[in-house]
Amino acid sequence: MTDPLLACEGVSKAFGAVQALYRVDFEVRAGEVMALVGDNGAGKSTLVKCVAGIYPMDEGRVRVEGRPVTVHHPRDAARLGIEVVYQDLALADNLDVTANMFLGRERTRQGFVLDESSMEQAARETLRGLSVTTLGSVRQRVAGLSGGQRQAVAVAKSVMWNSKLLILDEPTAALGVVQTRQVLDLVRRLADRDLGVVIVSHNLHDVFEVADRITVLRLGQRVALLDRAETTQQDVVHAITAGTLDHVPGMADRG
Amino acid sequence: MTIDPRTAPDVDAADVVGPEETLPPAIPAGFEATPETLGGYLRRWWQGVRAGELGSLPIIVGLVVIAIVFGTLDDTFYVERNFTNLLLQMAAMSTIAIGVVFVLLIGEIDLSVAYVSAVGGVTMTLLLRPDGSNWPWWAAIGFGLLVTTLIGLVQALVITKAGVPSFVVTLAGLLIWNGVVLILTTQYSTSGTIRIQDDTVVGIANDFLSDAWGWAVAVGGVAAYALTQLQTARSRRARGLDSKPAIVIFLQVAGLAVVTGAAVWYANRDRGIPSVTLLVLILFVFWSFVASRTRFGRHVYAVGGNAEAARRAGINVDRVRITVFMIAGFMAGLGGIILASRLRSVATNTGGGDLLLNVIAAAVIGGTSLFGGRGRVVSALLGALVIASIANGMGLLNLATGTKFVITGLVLLAAVLVDSLSTRRRAARGVM
Repeated sequence: MTDPLLACEGVSKAFGAVQALYRVDFEVRAGEVMALVGDNGAGKSTLVKCVAGIYPMDEGRVRVEGRPVTVHHPRDAARLGIEVVYQDLALADNLDVTANMFLGRERTRQGFVLDESSMEQAARETLRGLSVTTLGSVRQRVAGLSGGQRQAVAVAKSVMWNSKLLILDEPTAALGVVQTRQVLDLVRRLADRDLGVVIVSHNLHDVFEVADRITVLRLGQRVALLDRAETTQQDVVHAITAGTLDHVPGMADRG
Repeated sequence: MTIDPRTAPDVDAADVVGPEETLPPAIPAGFEATPETLGGYLRRWWQGVRAGELGSLPIIVGLVVIAIVFGTLDDTFYVERNFTNLLLQMAAMSTIAIGVVFVLLIGEIDLSVAYVSAVGGVTMTLLLRPDGSNWPWWAAIGFGLLVTTLIGLVQALVITKAGVPSFVVTLAGLLIWNGVVLILTTQYSTSGTIRIQDDTVVGIANDFLSDAWGWAVAVGGVAAYALTQLQTARSRRARGLDSKPAIVIFLQVAGLAVVTGAAVWYANRDRGIPSVTLLVLILFVFWSFVASRTRFGRHVYAVGGNAEAARRAGINVDRVRITVFMIAGFMAGLGGIILASRLRSVATNTGGGDLLLNVIAAAVIGGTSLFGGRGRVVSALLGALVIASIANGMGLLNLATGTKFVITGLVLLAAVLVDSLSTRRRAARGVM
């Protein structure tokens, strides 16, 4: 079997006295949707931010496609093809879809004049490639889009930069039924295109609909790695609330 | 800056990041280019207006109202001489307001522009004094602009590096530069007024283009506009993107030609088009290009719309902010030089009075939002035209200063109301 797209081993991260992550293993294969679940404070966001280069890890190794790598800065992550879509999506409402998708990486002629038609065309093709058909025009201002459309734009923005691994933080948290459906379909299509997709979610219904495997965190530790096909929501809930910890928080065990 | 749409597309063809290569067969999507008709274009525009996307509509309505009101109240409002006066009166205001538009676009404010403009004018005037340093005009102007640009830089550094709100920093700047103007003008003159004796500098805002040059500028401007429109449409069509219908382009060009032609004809019946109007138009074209066609301009809008998103997109937000305040300083300096040239002097009260409120009002009345991210450079010119027309009309009517302030204030209030009501309407319709 080939190396997983992303493999983290023994990732630990402490904020002062709080051990946010303790020797967490986490892996994502190309073409799979990995769900990252856990209660509030279980360490989901911390793990994502470590992978994305926002927080430095205290210890732990990261390999991308088998190669050991170090991620100290979001730029490093982007270079490795790791993109994160945060819950707030980071879109500028006053700009249109195309401008948002190319924000900070605009195509230019002579180095400073925007090449609008080339960007518009690429934005259109990327969205079409992801079968995002609900957008009227790529020249629409983002402020006028629904939550699902915004999510689609944010995802398309990340995908456009040749990313291999896409991490979606609570992609369906603020969405209605139809839009949740659209986003989950989009997530599935991303995985079908051989991207690795991580979705961080509270919603087990969504997780069971789209994920291939499920990593459960509890109190900063991985308490379960489950195959969706062989598990039930009950098992996952049990792991989230009462998963067995290798290490009891508060005990001075670092050995 | 000519861009050839025929060669440009190939350059980037290789850079097109193509996740679509590994895709399942193309799925019909809603992005097909549809040939636009005039009717469709107008319908879309009207839908936009109804949803609160007003653009320059309120200001055009406002200008018509102003023209009718003052035209009826005073016989001399429509005299040719008054038209050229109006062009002279709005020149400095539009110039400073262009800088203010940039500052408003990033969601900040600059209250110091009026006195910074005075610092520019005073610096230049002092350097020109025949009994003093007696610098050549170009050096004096250049140094004046350098000083005001550096003032913008210093204020911006305090705002970005120390995190002090721009409102406070530039309010302090307002006082400081007011003081500097007073110190300089009283130190070098007992009367408090310093005359400019350099013909070139005085000519900036007191010379007129010859009739022939006026027509040449009008024809050249309209032709350049038509060419850019056609080029854009052609390059978009070449890529299969929807483009403005030819008839719309034709009507826009024709409309511009009529307005420009009428203005030149009318001005030529008096002294001609003021040279400073040409300068303002060049500044307008240049800064419009910067705002809407360059990467820097895009980043300005992004910072004003969502600074955090801009930061995460790798944009150096502080650098954009600093550059914008430097632009405001530079444009203020230029406006101050135009103002000094027009009055042929600087004095202790230079930069005072209602100049600050007028330039900020001009930007806002023109349609630039106070909340950042929305607005265009043209709003500086349109707003300055409104303010100058009102001031001019009220001047002809010999209204008391107090009455003038009240009326100008009400117009500003009306403009801000239109802005916030249309914003609310856009929010309600989900179009922003």
